[in-house]
Amino acid sequence: MSPRKNLKIKDISKNTEKLTSVAVEDLMPLPADFEEEEWAELPADLKEQYACILDDVMVLPIPKPKTKEEEEELVNKFISGMRKLFSKKDNWTFLSLLETTMEQCAKCNTCSEACHLFEASGENEMYRPNYRTEVFRRIYKKYVKKQPLAKWRSGDIDLNWQTVARLGELAYRCNVCRRCAQACPIGADNALVAREIRKIFSQEMGIAPPELHEKGSMLQLEFGSSTKMNSLVVKDNVEFIDEEFSEETGYEFKTPFDVEGADILLIHNAGEIMAWPENIAAFSIIFEAAGLSWTLSSDLAAYDSINYGVFYDDVQFARTALIHAQAAAKLGVKKIVLGECGHAHKALTVIADRVLPEGLKIPRESCFPILRDIVKSGKLKLDPSRNNFPVTLHDPCNLTRLMGIISPQREILKMIAPQFREMHPHGPHNYCCGGGSGYAIMSRNNIPEWRFKITGRKKIEQTLNAFSDCRGPEPKKYVCAPCSNCKGQYRDMIERYDLLEKEGLAYGGLVELIVNAMVDVNPGYIKWEEDY
Amino acid sequence: MSLFVYLLTYLCIVVFLAAVVKRSLGYLTNPQHVRWEIYPVAHDGKRASYGGSYLEEVDWWKKPRKKSLVGELKVIFSEVFFQKAVWENNRSLWFATFPFHWGLYFVVVFLALLIVGAVGNLVSAGNAAWMALVVSATRIVGPIGFFLVILGALGLVYKRCSNNGLKNYTNFTHFFNLALFIVVMVVALAVWRTTDGDFSMARSFVAGLISFQMTPLGSSLFFLQVALAVLTIAYIPLTHMSHFFMKYFLYHHIRWGDEPNIGTPEVDKKIGIVLNYPVTWAAPHIAGHGRETWAEVATFNPAAKPETGKESH
Repeated sequence: MSPRKNLKIKDISKNTEKLTSVAVEDLMPLPADFEEEEWAELPADLKEQYACILDDVMVLPIPKPKTKEEEEELVNKFISGMRKLFSKKDNWTFLSLLETTMEQCAKCNTCSEACHLFEASGENEMYRPNYRTEVFRRIYKKYVKKQPLAKWRSGDIDLNWQTVARLGELAYRCNVCRRCAQACPIGADNALVAREIRKIFSQEMGIAPPELHEKGSMLQLEFGSSTKMNSLVVKDNVEFIDEEFSEETGYEFKTPFDVEGADILLIHNAGEIMAWPENIAAFSIIFEAAGLSWTLSSDLAAYDSINYGVFYDDVQFARTALIHAQAAAKLGVKKIVLGECGHAHKALTVIADRVLPEGLKIPRESCFPILRDIVKSGKLKLDPSRNNFPVTLHDPCNLTRLMGIISPQREILKMIAPQFREMHPHGPHNYCCGGGSGYAIMSRNNIPEWRFKITGRKKIEQTLNAFSDCRGPEPKKYVCAPCSNCKGQYRDMIERYDLLEKEGLAYGGLVELIVNAMVDVNPGYIKWEEDY
Repeated sequence: MSLFVYLLTYLCIVVFLAAVVKRSLGYLTNPQHVRWEIYPVAHDGKRASYGGSYLEEVDWWKKPRKKSLVGELKVIFSEVFFQKAVWENNRSLWFATFPFHWGLYFVVVFLALLIVGAVGNLVSAGNAAWMALVVSATRIVGPIGFFLVILGALGLVYKRCSNNGLKNYTNFTHFFNLALFIVVMVVALAVWRTTDGDFSMARSFVAGLISFQMTPLGSSLFFLQVALAVLTIAYIPLTHMSHFFMKYFLYHHIRWGDEPNIGTPEVDKKIGIVLNYPVTWAAPHIAGHGRETWAEVATFNPAAKPETGKESH
């Protein structure tokens, strides 16, 4: 038995340099011969400064304690946060869900097979969805709940700084796609536990991945967007996009801003403006062509739908959700429509539903039903033969498994993409792209390599298998990934494995495919070149 | 001895009911949590077949929502009686857990038949025509249940000892619980084979319980069986095995809890309550800004530039 697979729960507390490592030979095989290299050693100064003691990656920068007192402080702060996690007032948001997972789990490990990280890692024990939860549960029972005979009844655990540091890092070895929770016969939710641990670190200890906090939700609250674009820059950029794409497409359009009383406030992920302007333009072209009453907002954060609090922090989540709702209320729109961003969909439509007070309950809906109705209405003149290349659909977890928006995007694709084929499994049973819960925007140390080797591995397999009848550089193929985060992950995976050259693989959203089929638009909206 | 067994049984029934009520109230008195559903949501009618939801409609809040009780029952039925999730995701374990759970269902039916038979004894001295059917069914259902529980429990012990993945997550409690079920069912089988082949003694005991007559019974082995059985019944809701009823909340309230906050003043009222809870999280972006409640903290922007004002509302 490989030591990587024989990892014990109590090993997490050991005073060792590293808990485990996923060897290249253990990785799940792919349907293509991709070269994989061993993990690069983390830089010595990084290991000196931060507690890099879990594996070969560091997502959560936990300062490495230098003295006995600092070690104790780390443990004490963690326990203090854990107590708050089980308090009705500090954690009303998720207490019931957390408690039931702590108490009801039968530890049958039925969740394991559902986890793409566990499978991709060659079943490394650390990635078993229940490993993290079991460590957390034992700490809870012994040190927070103080269950009599906890050591015998629930299993023993040593609580030292290594346990805390590794558990914090381990909370970021999960995409929070909740496929494990979907598979659980009882209804326990191991992905939720990962997010709850992240909350202890962020909300109590002030430790979070910089991409999510300092450079994420805090920038959004300061500038209006994690891209640091303020409202003037956004309006300027969108105006530029309008001009560029009007010229390229031959279809004159102008994106409306701050139209009071419009029917729809459309909120994009502002990352699209910089990375995928064709997505912004496509929305504008479609909405204008359909004659909708709509607008973007230039209010603080209302032009950026991201809500990274969903990934790690309830307070940051609530702050951002309120700002989005306030912008809509100020404009007096009838509803908010979310652009192609999965986590933004779930944040504002579902989770915020029991956070927004009376007066800010502006109806929120996904862009996909509207797009479906537009395409079916005949308002756009569409020529599906323009999309006559193999197309597959990636289902963003937040849209499908966590919101049940399955059919609209498929109805559209069946109308406009003659060679559409499904991945397997798909819909609510899809696999995460591997960038879920914020990893797609992380590029520090070994994180990208980890996103390719482990978190995105299953998605690469699924994608290649979807095109098993047409592998190779020709014909050109398109992965429709209608979510900014998923597109970021696809972009990086395609580049890492050279999939554009080897497999003719391009990626993009759904609206680009619709515009590509519009006869009023010059042909060739979708491109297979390296750069748009 | 008889009196002791009767009193122990009453006590264990009270403990069982109290534990179920306490655990349920523990959940129900928690604050309203946020929505965190997972699809497919079984009551979403036709959409449930592919995992869709009402959010697939434009202006979904203006449209009537159809909830299918049948859809929920179908999923619950396949989960409870066929352990569908385990079958699909953990096949080797299913071969042990399926007979174990079916054994328990048989035992529950056996207990129900004992109660019906005991009532028959009390109201018609056991002479009613239907009593023959009840007695026959009891004689078949009981031993099948005892045997299946033993078989399943042994299978689960084997899996927990032999499967490296499971071993890591198995502690003393798991073995204690499985051993308890095995002992209880072995004793029950022994009583059936040696002392109470037609379960008439068991029926008399239940009749004594119902009528508070506490009729003396004359077998030590039977006393042992009853004591073990009722202690086990009292013990179950104190453990993770309480999922037999907590699953209702986990499925209906959490996994399928997709009720939108539209025209639901009771939800708004609860939001008002939780937003006024104090926040004691200590991280710098939360604490130390003179904001104490969730409403105050959530409407405060710690990163706002001075000219835009600190309050985000």
